[in-house]
Amino acid sequence: MHHNTNASLRLANGAVFKGKSFGCETSVKGEVVFNTAMTGYPEILTDPSCFGKLLVFTYPLIGNYGVPIEEIKERISTFFESEKIHACGVVISDYSFEYSHWNAVKSLSAWLKEQSIPAIYGVDTREITRIIREEGVMDGTLVVEGAEEMVVSVDSVNAVDVVSCKEVVRHGEGKKKLVLVDCGVKHDLIRALLRYDVQITQVPWNYDFSQLEYDGIMISNGPSAPHACEETIAHVKCALRQDKPIMGIGLGHQILCMADGASVVKLKYGHHGHNQPVRMVNGSRCFITDQNHEYAVDAATLSEDWVSLLVNMNDNTNEGVCHKTKPFISVQFQPQLAEEGSTDTSFLLDEFMGML
Amino acid sequence: MNKMIENMIQGEVKPRPEFKKVLLLGSGALKIGEAGEFDYSGSQALKALKEEGIFTVLINPNIATVQTSEGVADKIYFLPVTPFFVEKVIEKERPDGILLAFGGQTALNCGVALYKSGVLEKYNIQVLGTSVQAIMDTEDRELFVKKLDEINVKTIKSQAVETIEDARQAAKELGYPVIIRAAYALGGLGSGFCDNEEELNKLAEKAFSFSPQVLVEKSLKGWKEIEYEVVRDRYNNCITVCNMENFDPLGIHTGESIVIAPTQTLSNTDCSKLRELAIRIVRHIGIVGECNVQYAYDPESEDYRVIEVNARLSRSSALASKATGYPLAFVAAKIGLGYGLFELKNSVTKVTSAFFEPSIDYVVCKIPRWDLGKFRGVDRELGSSMKSVGEVMSIGRTFEEAIQKGLRMIGQGMHGFVGNKELEIADIDKALREPTDKRIFVISKALRAGYTIEQIYQLTKIDRWFLQKLMNIVRTVQELENLAVNSAEEVCNIDEELLRLAKVQGFSDFQIGRALGLEQIMSTEDAAMTIREWRKKVGVLPVVKQIDTLAAEYPAQTNYLYVTYLGVKHDVHYTGDKKSIIVLGSGAYRIGSSVEFDWCGVQALQTIRQNGYRSVMINYNPETVSTDYDMCDRLYFDELTFERVMDIIELENPHGVIVSTGGQIPNNLAMRLDSQSVNILGTSAKSIDNAEDRDKFSAMLDRIGVDQPEWSALTSMEDVNKFIEKVGFPVLVRPSYVLSGAAMNVCSNQDELERFLKLAANVSKKHPVVISQFIENAKEVEMDAVAQNGEIVAYAISEHIEYAGVHSGDATIQFPPQKLYVETVRRIKRISRQIAKELNISGPFNIQYLAKENDIKVIECNLRASRSFPFVSKVLKINLIDLATKVMLGLPVEKPHKSLFDLDYVGVKASQFSFNRLQKADPVLGVDMASTGEVGCIGEDSPSAVLTAMLSVGHRIPKKNILLSTGAAKHKVEMLGAARLLVEKGYKLYATGGTSRFLTENGVENTMVYWPSEEGQPQALEMLHRKEIDMVVNIPKNLTSGELSNGYKVRRAAIDLNIPLITNVRLASAYINAFCTMDVDNIAIKSWDEY
Repeated sequence: MHHNTNASLRLANGAVFKGKSFGCETSVKGEVVFNTAMTGYPEILTDPSCFGKLLVFTYPLIGNYGVPIEEIKERISTFFESEKIHACGVVISDYSFEYSHWNAVKSLSAWLKEQSIPAIYGVDTREITRIIREEGVMDGTLVVEGAEEMVVSVDSVNAVDVVSCKEVVRHGEGKKKLVLVDCGVKHDLIRALLRYDVQITQVPWNYDFSQLEYDGIMISNGPSAPHACEETIAHVKCALRQDKPIMGIGLGHQILCMADGASVVKLKYGHHGHNQPVRMVNGSRCFITDQNHEYAVDAATLSEDWVSLLVNMNDNTNEGVCHKTKPFISVQFQPQLAEEGSTDTSFLLDEFMGML
Repeated sequence: MNKMIENMIQGEVKPRPEFKKVLLLGSGALKIGEAGEFDYSGSQALKALKEEGIFTVLINPNIATVQTSEGVADKIYFLPVTPFFVEKVIEKERPDGILLAFGGQTALNCGVALYKSGVLEKYNIQVLGTSVQAIMDTEDRELFVKKLDEINVKTIKSQAVETIEDARQAAKELGYPVIIRAAYALGGLGSGFCDNEEELNKLAEKAFSFSPQVLVEKSLKGWKEIEYEVVRDRYNNCITVCNMENFDPLGIHTGESIVIAPTQTLSNTDCSKLRELAIRIVRHIGIVGECNVQYAYDPESEDYRVIEVNARLSRSSALASKATGYPLAFVAAKIGLGYGLFELKNSVTKVTSAFFEPSIDYVVCKIPRWDLGKFRGVDRELGSSMKSVGEVMSIGRTFEEAIQKGLRMIGQGMHGFVGNKELEIADIDKALREPTDKRIFVISKALRAGYTIEQIYQLTKIDRWFLQKLMNIVRTVQELENLAVNSAEEVCNIDEELLRLAKVQGFSDFQIGRALGLEQIMSTEDAAMTIREWRKKVGVLPVVKQIDTLAAEYPAQTNYLYVTYLGVKHDVHYTGDKKSIIVLGSGAYRIGSSVEFDWCGVQALQTIRQNGYRSVMINYNPETVSTDYDMCDRLYFDELTFERVMDIIELENPHGVIVSTGGQIPNNLAMRLDSQSVNILGTSAKSIDNAEDRDKFSAMLDRIGVDQPEWSALTSMEDVNKFIEKVGFPVLVRPSYVLSGAAMNVCSNQDELERFLKLAANVSKKHPVVISQFIENAKEVEMDAVAQNGEIVAYAISEHIEYAGVHSGDATIQFPPQKLYVETVRRIKRISRQIAKELNISGPFNIQYLAKENDIKVIECNLRASRSFPFVSKVLKINLIDLATKVMLGLPVEKPHKSLFDLDYVGVKASQFSFNRLQKADPVLGVDMASTGEVGCIGEDSPSAVLTAMLSVGHRIPKKNILLSTGAAKHKVEMLGAARLLVEKGYKLYATGGTSRFLTENGVENTMVYWPSEEGQPQALEMLHRKEIDMVVNIPKNLTSGELSNGYKVRRAAIDLNIPLITNVRLASAYINAFCTMDVDNIAIKSWDEY
């Protein structure tokens, strides 16, 4: 029997789930969200979109294949979505104290401790998920017995500002010039883009890129509410008046649409997982997509220049739009999918990059 | 930009083609490699078609299936699934579509043959779903490799060869070890590993007997084996529904492996890669429907090989359906009709789309069930050919929980990963290296003996992660053992946290009790109860969770449930309304209990539902229809142990529990449930015990003056000898509470008797071992009936074609009986009435009788549905389970107006054997059951029914040469008529020494052949190898010889060379008589309703 410190998860609705600590022995408060992906905990935890979240994995067995090496080459992480863990806490059912994978160098627990992230196992993650499904996303506190609560007030910080790069970063030496507005970009997206003949200028979220010389703009994914990105929206608004290709992804999709004047709505518990089905509006083509967001664009509020392109097959929320005449396209999900390329929606990147 | 929108919006929704009548091919009898999963997939497909208003025609001789029940298909033909018969049905029915993907390899092969011969084109029949060309691309190894080469997907380097010489050459080039497999063969039939040329010669010959094309491949032993289930629609939309990982590495057939879903040791990168490959393959091949992709995956890198692609529903797809809740077969059928995935709904949530990839929040283990102990001489080593006869699926929220549940579910007396009777293993290293059906328990032993994870990994190549998890179980049991308590009271002092941990790791109350040493101070059952009581007191209780395909993201509308200890809240809201009726299922398919009990369970559920109760099923067999979540109101996919059933009963608070439709497992629970005051519907537990307990039953028969073979309960050797002096050998020895004759044997002499008694005593200490007089040359007659308050409501009497001595599960059964004296029938009815009254039966029951002249003896009586219930129900067209269930619900039932005497046709149930899968096993029949499945065919008379049934279980009418060795003198006499008939019909007979002399003496022309032990030409074995013999009739001289003998060699060669073999004289005569007196062409092509 592993004699770990007692810990508990206290939800804002009063529910308490008792378990054991397997991460850093601190307590933390955050927004509790669940993710339904069955693999990919290293990637999900380092996704900047998870900033400030107490992440609940619905798949109960976590830690099985350990954690790969933290390797950063030319400012891009080889195996992760960013340089560090962005979730503020981890909630799971069953932790694998031992791991097994040729590519692993340490256990999940060791990694979490290194990065000062608290984590709890032995709790009924399905019940937590059901509560969030019924009552919506809520705050929660992960309390490790005997530890003091870290005062992290997520509410008062601008998450995008925290996770975005602080200076301009360049990647690649290809022909086309792409501005990547970093609202919390996943490194996977940069890795995918670098497969094209492109040079990327990664700029902070509030950077005025109008002065740059470029062939196209991509507005990245990022954490939570687009309302906090007023500066980005203002910059994109200017870009929309021109004719150079623009693509929005995730949070970037919301920013792009808001720049057009559309509004967004907060979903009850968001879309978090690898299996979100989307369909071409009135078409026969469907795609399985990877998503991690809480807001959705209200397509009805878009101007007449735009058409709704994709829709979520589960709840009919908007998943993508396209400008009628200009080379602007925007999707709510991550169109890339690691390494091997050519998955469900990577053709979107092909289309976009082809327009540069 | 406009172009871009155009590019993307392309793909309009097309109108669907219209079908009026669709033919579905079933898979026939259950056999190793092709079992109940195809009843499940066929049933789902038929349901999908029915919804569309399409008229459905089904060909499947497996009469015990749910798919061949009333209301599933519109027309049912109990005919062989062979091109000959299917064409005849096509000619008659003129369907406009055909489904080939739902009846396993049997249906697929038949479909390919019909396509190649132009039959499908001739009758203008469209193949729904995946095209035949695509099927052939996946089935023909060479085409397959070429096809995948086109898209740069790696396959296992292999060479297709057509001669043994080429096979040798190929192996030399690839380098040993190599794997040999026959093309177009199900479940790896005729395949295996060869380390050298000698082994290759042997295997290749066998493989060539199954297929003209044999594949020689480089072996990748030790790689991981991963499977993906993929669905694609005609719009090119693809999803991967589930991925699965084999616990056992490559080298062990996936049907022989413990399989885990989803994969556990693959990272997100690994999974994305394999998913992308699977989709690329499926798109390139052009699958429309469901498909399975199997990979070999390097444990040390991201290197892979595609092993194979199954362009049809498979065992794995049935498992994936049950594991995720995604109804693959149903969706595949709809796609075949032209639906896009986006047009279908997720049938669990009813609101979300069927185009999605399930996210599960539990872990699933499939564990194979073997019955190798039932076969004399069988090779126990597992390899690339499948030997298991069934499987279980267990669900947990930890791997430890799932695997321990699963190991209990397989029902071979194991209590989990630990806490079992000590295995005796001479060489642990060897037992780890060379896997057998016991390997998981060898790992348990090794871990306890101090082997490190690394050592076991090196010997087994089972991923360290699995071994680490198993080690957790061992650590916990050791912690419990260290606490050894000396009294029931001390149990309460144990750390509650340890108790909870043990439960989360899937320990049963029994395992905990045993680890604590409670068995030393109280009975086994009390030990478990002590733990249970303590557990309830401290609040360590299981919770019920839903399987909902979306990890709770959306509310589920179905109640597909499992029980776990890693949770705090039920997903189900229990109201205690007393409206539930729980039906206990039949567990893993195994020899002696298979699809027939699934049929019984499903019928019971339907009747319960129709009468306004909530139908609740507990079962854990992924190959069944009863574990389909829409067959009942609540499905608990969980254990049928006393502990778990009580857990569920305490939650459900049901009106009652039905224990009589699931075979022996629920039947055995009756007394213990009764002792907890559970309301058992129908016949009382006490009566069940009175019938099961030989002592009590016999005393009752004596009391009511009913005869039985003389018997004696064994308590001392002295008594035994005295008894045998009186009745003489042979005697039948068996313990009570037997299933399918397990541990039952005929002993012909003192030596055998003493040896066997030692074995039998190991099987069950609790119930006395019984010896009875074995009556030779007696007819065996079965009474299947339903009674209400002791009065028979409906009944069916059937007779065995074989004489008593062949297990009733192996016998060929005829209904209505054709050769019974009227007086025999009358007496059987009378005795049955007496027994029903005496035991106050309310519900289904079965009595087996011996009849010699008009002397009737009772062999045994089961107060539950028997194996033959679906057969007699369907032939009689009276659903006995529906009646029985109504009786058990306390509803008034009317006696049916017709009886078996009104039938002007005959039903014959014949057994399917899978000896070809069971290397080295002696293919003889005896009191121990050996068949893996059965068919039931209807004919206008006995010969036509016999012929159809025999063809349905794989017999082929011999062309020319028949080899006879007809055993003992009386058998020779009995076979004489049939031999004459064969000669008259122009067959050429070959006979071994004694048989040849006897035939010659009686004027039957024949050629003598020599036994392997004899010098001289022609040699029987050589003739078989040269394929000069079309059928072998080999009647063993006695029922007990276990040694390697001439007869064994001939029988085994016939099996290995795929030559039809019959080993029973009565069956041989009936079959020969049938094919000599009637032409196959004259078999009536009549559907069930036309009789």
